[in-house]
Amino acid sequence: MPLVKAGRVIEDRFVRVLDDAPVPDGVPVILPAARLLADARELVLRQAPTGVIWPNDRRVAELLPYLDWIALVALVFPTFRDGRAYSQARLLRERHEFRGELRATGQVLRDQLLFLHRAGFDAFEVTKEKDTAAFAEALQRYSIFYQPTGDGRPSALRARLSRGPSSTVPERQAFVR
Amino acid sequence: MYVYDDFDRTLVDERVREFRDQVARRLSGELTEEEFKPLRLMNGVYLQLHAYMLRIAIPYGTLSSAQLRTLAHVARRYDRDYGHFTTRQNVQFNWIKLEELPDAMADLADAGLHGMQTSGNCVRNITTDQWAGVAPGEIEDPRLWAELLRQHLTLHPEFSFLPRKFKIALTASAHDRAAVRVHDIGLRMHRNGAGETGFEVIVGGGLGRTPFIGKTIKPFLPKRDLLSYVEAILRTYNQYGRRDNIYKARIKILVHELGAEKFAREVEEEWQSIRDGALALDPAVVAEIATRFRYPDHELLDDNPPELRKARTEDKRFRLWLDNSVANHRLPGHAIVTLSLKPEGEPPGDATARQMDAIADLADRYSFGEIRVGHEQNLALPHVAQRDLPALWRALDEIGLATPNVNLISDIIACPGLDYCSLANARSIPVAEEITRRFKDLDLAHSLGRLHINISGCINACGHHHIGHIGILGVEKNGEEYYQVTVGGRADENAELGKILGPAVPYGEIADVVEDIAAAYLELRERPDELFVDTVKRLGVEPFKERVYATR
Repeated sequence: MPLVKAGRVIEDRFVRVLDDAPVPDGVPVILPAARLLADARELVLRQAPTGVIWPNDRRVAELLPYLDWIALVALVFPTFRDGRAYSQARLLRERHEFRGELRATGQVLRDQLLFLHRAGFDAFEVTKEKDTAAFAEALQRYSIFYQPTGDGRPSALRARLSRGPSSTVPERQAFVR
Repeated sequence: MYVYDDFDRTLVDERVREFRDQVARRLSGELTEEEFKPLRLMNGVYLQLHAYMLRIAIPYGTLSSAQLRTLAHVARRYDRDYGHFTTRQNVQFNWIKLEELPDAMADLADAGLHGMQTSGNCVRNITTDQWAGVAPGEIEDPRLWAELLRQHLTLHPEFSFLPRKFKIALTASAHDRAAVRVHDIGLRMHRNGAGETGFEVIVGGGLGRTPFIGKTIKPFLPKRDLLSYVEAILRTYNQYGRRDNIYKARIKILVHELGAEKFAREVEEEWQSIRDGALALDPAVVAEIATRFRYPDHELLDDNPPELRKARTEDKRFRLWLDNSVANHRLPGHAIVTLSLKPEGEPPGDATARQMDAIADLADRYSFGEIRVGHEQNLALPHVAQRDLPALWRALDEIGLATPNVNLISDIIACPGLDYCSLANARSIPVAEEITRRFKDLDLAHSLGRLHINISGCINACGHHHIGHIGILGVEKNGEEYYQVTVGGRADENAELGKILGPAVPYGEIADVVEDIAAAYLELRERPDELFVDTVKRLGVEPFKERVYATR
């Protein structure tokens, strides 16, 4: 499954380690949630980056004690219609100020990319090979954002205030009396 | 009415471009139907029994005459010359071709219309009192707040894949015409002890298979906190709402299972973290949106002008219509005129392209170019000078839009039913048509007074049968269409769910049952002005049940 980050397909440096397997030295790993919570004391001493795959039915606040040394949190979309991880992502980024990699996994399709990006994801395990090429375009699809999130894009409500009053006059007045 | 600026226009244009690309990918096979489905749903496109159906949002039920002409154009160019107004203040076209959808949407976008979030598991079109801004005694125009919510919740990245659909309604009148107690979130504007205006926040109301009256979780929410509090509710729901069973996924089930108090605590905790953040409403931001609302320049007029007095005395048909379809405006000398889309023997809520064009012209001439859509599936002209009422009535009468049956037994709310809908168990429209024929005698209908019939073709309750004074629910029994009847439901500030009368009856008998109920009411009521629902409240369902089932 191709990994897209910063608009490009990149090699995934992280290795997924299953529940009972040994954690390899010197290699970036992604661990299951239970494993991270159980072995945190040893894991914090690792030299290589450690990440976690966090289920979408568990509060991300549980990750708080570990966020300053975890390199990556992978959140899960069992299907793209299950939107719980959007809330988890925003909480991690905006409330808990997680600055590591936030990776979208599961069914990750181009038509959701902009929503994912706005929620704070910066890495995407893309389900369909063909979608990777369209990712750059998908991020440019909209230029107007009504609501503020932590993504730094200005919301329309704010942007309206900062522009001059002259530009508020609509050009296309067909539907205005 | 809210006028789009360049931000709003750019967004709908970008939306059309995106949807055109998605349709192209579906037609080429790059997108599977399963993948395409939620994308089209979020643009209001359903696959129905016979064709694709396109649902257009009419935010808080306010339309300009130019927008209505655009709807007429879409009906003519892409559909079969008519549109159907829905209980969510939207309009639907039932016969659109997939290949033509992007063009239809582009034409709509030119008029500031779109189908965004009229279906799918996201926040749907936000509805208000259809008389917002013109109703006498209203605290303030709730549409400003509906618009702020509309913008905030349009393409919201966090809440576009909720457990299930999500409906919000607002009212700022003592008499609730927006049914706020049967919405996922209902917002009732009122004044607190200090004289400030804010919102009572009601959650977890809803109809469908498991009807609930909503619970108040915040008796008074200051206006500045509207967006953050709604965000907190949605975030709580998005994370903890059930996703294992589509029939238990609405917020009402979460509120019910957690209990309203625990749910309120979860929301409160979330809200405390965000209330003073980016969502706190800056008065300058609110003022900026308020400047985008254009209000008519009303004349100073007196009530009851000579033109009106003369027509009232001279023409009995006019008087009947006036008493039935015309309501008081907040300003003297003006009136709110309801246009009944429920003529005898026709499907409730339908309007032809010709009628839509004609209404747009009448709105330009008599109502400052403004039209309202009500959840009762009627239209209204909200700004008519009383002196123009006789001329307006003659014009409406000519195009079949002056049936004086507003709020009467033949003013039926009905879903499309088995004639169109792939979910339905039974037909709704022919039942409605038959009932309007049985009660075409206006003297009889008027003698019954205010009496709402709601018909749903299946348990999903799109016709809101639970809150009909008489509710009719289509069910299937051994392959036959049967109908279960409830009485005593209501959607207003005293909202209540109807109670089941008895065993379901076959298609051929449902109109007889309604006649029996009406006859029983005429005998049982204490006074001529005791409404049907009040008689049911006083006596319970028993006497009606006896009457209906005595001979069945």
